[in-house]
Amino acid sequence: MPKLTVEDLRQIKERTLQATALRHGEARVKITVHMGTCGIAAGARTVMTALMEELAEAGRTDIRVVTSGCMGMCSSEPNVTVEVLGEEPIVYQHMDANRMRQVFRRHILRGEVQTDFALAKM
Amino acid sequence: MRELSLHLLDLAENAVTAGARRVSITVEESPAEDRLTIRVADDGRGLPEEKLRRLEDPFVTTRTTRRVGLGLSLLAAAARRAGGALRVRSAPGEGTEVCAEFRFHHIDRAPLGDVPATIAVLIAGYPTVDFVYRHRIEEREIVLDTRELRAGGEGMDPADPAVADAVARWLRDRLRPPARSKEEDADAQADR
Repeated sequence: MPKLTVEDLRQIKERTLQATALRHGEARVKITVHMGTCGIAAGARTVMTALMEELAEAGRTDIRVVTSGCMGMCSSEPNVTVEVLGEEPIVYQHMDANRMRQVFRRHILRGEVQTDFALAKM
Repeated sequence: MRELSLHLLDLAENAVTAGARRVSITVEESPAEDRLTIRVADDGRGLPEEKLRRLEDPFVTTRTTRRVGLGLSLLAAAARRAGGALRVRSAPGEGTEVCAEFRFHHIDRAPLGDVPATIAVLIAGYPTVDFVYRHRIEEREIVLDTRELRAGGEGMDPADPAVADAVARWLRDRLRPPARSKEEDADAQADR
């Protein structure tokens, strides 16, 4: 029965060591992927997976990704809320993997709010 | 929901919302017995009797933000559509176990989908919750316990997306069917 072996752990650790070492600073950005039943059915898992890939690639220490339940806007799911320190939170609607990558690279990394996908300022 | 792995994600989200510190996710595939079972058990706050009785009613929910709860009703419908059933055991303070059974070969059974992606999202999204994932395919079984990950991988932070991604890749490798030998290939050809 394959369980995690010491060797597996070593491999996983090696792959992640560099990224982990970088992530000890204070969070400046919080990204919330809303994952209620409505969000999941609309594709929130794909959005979250794309976000995790972007984040792992960017190697930024100050970005936190969290998931949460439904925010009550089921018809615009998948929704993603981006909170940058000192700025108004932005809720993005009808997200998919590509939109998430665009929001990550333009809004989070460069500070350009992607108004085309924005549902609201909160 | 298009895939059963999305139902698993939904059930695990319910578990975490119910205050679970430890969530176990089990998938059992038995094509030979025409059975597929998915199960999510947690140590959360559990459900009172009156909620348990009306669990599949989409107009019953523990949420206060709105009056509709679709997750379990959708899963119950998916199970019944595929010749199976949904069973829930729960008591206040004793956690909840949700088990959905399907006929494996039923034409209306949704595909299992990408379970490793579900596990990766859970690990990254809830780094302080322990997840135990057990997946059995006939005689083969794989087990992932995130406590081992934390204990064995010194300094590994489950909140790090790179860790979740590495775990998902490890799971996909292990879930892949074992390569057939040349003799087995020849047998399969002969059977055709």
